[in-house]
Amino acid sequence: MLRYLASRLLQGLGLVMAVVILNFVLVHAAPGDPVETIAGASGGMSPELMAQLRTQYGLDRPLPVQLGVYLGKVLQGDLGYSYFFNMPVTAMIAERVPATLLLVLSAVLFAFLVGTALGVLSSRKPNGMLSQFITVLSMVGFAAPVFWVGIMLVILFASVLPILPVAGMRAIDSTGGGIADVLDVLHHLVLPALTLSLVYLAQYSRLARSSMLDVLGSDFIRTARAKGLADRIVLYKHALRNALLPVVTVLGLQFGNVLAGAILVETVFNWPGLGRLAFDSVLRRDYPTILGVLLFSSIVVVVMNQLTDLCYRLIDPRIKAA
Amino acid sequence: MNMTATLPAAAAAPRVRPPPEAPKAPKVEHPTVEAMRMFLRNPSAIAGMAMLAIVLAVAIAGPWIHPADPFEIRTAPLTPPFSEDAWLGSDYLGRDVLTTLIYGGRATLLVGAVAALLSVLIGITLGAFSGYYGGRVDGALMRVTEFFQVLPALLFAMVVVTLFSPSLVTVTLAIGIVSWTGTARLTRAEYMKYRGMEFVRAERAIGARDARIIWKVILPNALPPLVVSATLAVGAAILFEAGLSFLGLGDPNQMSWGLMIGSSRQYVLSCWWAVAFPGAAIFVTVLAVSLIGDGLNDALNPKLRER
Repeated sequence: MLRYLASRLLQGLGLVMAVVILNFVLVHAAPGDPVETIAGASGGMSPELMAQLRTQYGLDRPLPVQLGVYLGKVLQGDLGYSYFFNMPVTAMIAERVPATLLLVLSAVLFAFLVGTALGVLSSRKPNGMLSQFITVLSMVGFAAPVFWVGIMLVILFASVLPILPVAGMRAIDSTGGGIADVLDVLHHLVLPALTLSLVYLAQYSRLARSSMLDVLGSDFIRTARAKGLADRIVLYKHALRNALLPVVTVLGLQFGNVLAGAILVETVFNWPGLGRLAFDSVLRRDYPTILGVLLFSSIVVVVMNQLTDLCYRLIDPRIKAA
Repeated sequence: MNMTATLPAAAAAPRVRPPPEAPKAPKVEHPTVEAMRMFLRNPSAIAGMAMLAIVLAVAIAGPWIHPADPFEIRTAPLTPPFSEDAWLGSDYLGRDVLTTLIYGGRATLLVGAVAALLSVLIGITLGAFSGYYGGRVDGALMRVTEFFQVLPALLFAMVVVTLFSPSLVTVTLAIGIVSWTGTARLTRAEYMKYRGMEFVRAERAIGARDARIIWKVILPNALPPLVVSATLAVGAAILFEAGLSFLGLGDPNQMSWGLMIGSSRQYVLSCWWAVAFPGAAIFVTVLAVSLIGDGLNDALNPKLRER
């Protein structure tokens, strides 16, 4: 197990390093260099000043040296400064992480709980109403663009049924602090989280349903029934535990997709998270910030994948550490 | 890695011919004919085909029937839908929603189809080499695949498009480059399954080259699940393009459904129609493609049909 852990850790580190190098290559392969971008943004600059900036930023040194310097900086947690705010990128990311975490976790948790429940309930009647509903839901969840669903909800709740706030994370007149603030944030969370969770709700319910049907057809379930166990116990104690495995796996492995969804949803609802930061930085051509967010998200995905793999092995003892 | 979890349901099962000694001795059909018959008997697949046909017909023939510039301002801004001079209303600038809808579909469908094709080609090639050769080739290619799997696709595409100025070509390339990993893993699994089988060994014994075995011998057998995954890739690529355009990262000179939604987003409370219709168009198109994909899956991989 220890050897397995070590090799996974090394592999994860390798992946992160590859992302760092890709970042570096991308910036250097793009037309124009950062100094030209800064010059363009500040409205013209003398060639002398540009040369001076290039020396100052080390852009006149050979590429391998620059890569070495960049790697060193990244290892120290230094992702450079935002062109736009002149603030350390690391600090900007850290500021945005809680909002995205809140959004993503509540959306995924909601989708997981409700999706599993729907899947289990519908598995009792494979051709019942609930099963039909899940089929429709999974089609809508796959085919409807998440940002469009978000905007449609904005229209609904801004004009027709104004009971939920449609933008931001806090009310403008929020004084901050205390239980009122928590309630305010939760109130603002409902629509974005619901929108983001729709895709996953569709997926998990479908997955949970087919996985439950699979397990319910197996011998040990028949044995449990033959023993005279109550339907409820067979369903929740025997079947559900086994049926959950694929759902948990997909949940963890999809984290990258969830982040992509978060970018779109945060943009629709003005949610002040990482995705919104990425979107704004793209509009501002703020390369260090975009690349910082890309690197940070990749690290999160790597960590999530490794954790999933680990959990999978812990939940299912049949999978031996390779 | 736990392969089983990342692959779509169509991972296993070679083509199954009806056993010749079956009762009543049915005529043995060519598997392709049989699959086609099953597909055509599937009502939701037919519905998907019909929907896609309508969308394609509008996108291809629309400009001949209704020649216009989708960016042109034609009516008063914010004209509601179902009015005389703008059937589907006009947006905040006075651009006709119906016109932009007709022209916007072209970019969206084109990028979706080409990007999906690109991602499938990359995926099949890398997956085939990986699964056929195994060993070090497989190790190296799988590392590359893992790398692209951890890159958050949308974010990476955003970075690429921003760095290399947005155009139809960069958007297509970006989508193709980030979305091939699923196909690669699926192809790899198929090739690993077939490479030791008797018909492949026989082919090798008579001196066939690797290239022939990979493309002419194994590929036709591995194709059924790949066809399904390619169909679903088209749907995913259309959604991806729409997302990028919505964020303002599509080609600014090409009207597309995502761009319409993105540019009208701030005015959505005064003209819901400028967002609702293009979104519905995306929804219908992707739904059509995925219905066709499901139908193909049922027809080509009958063992795996979902309950």
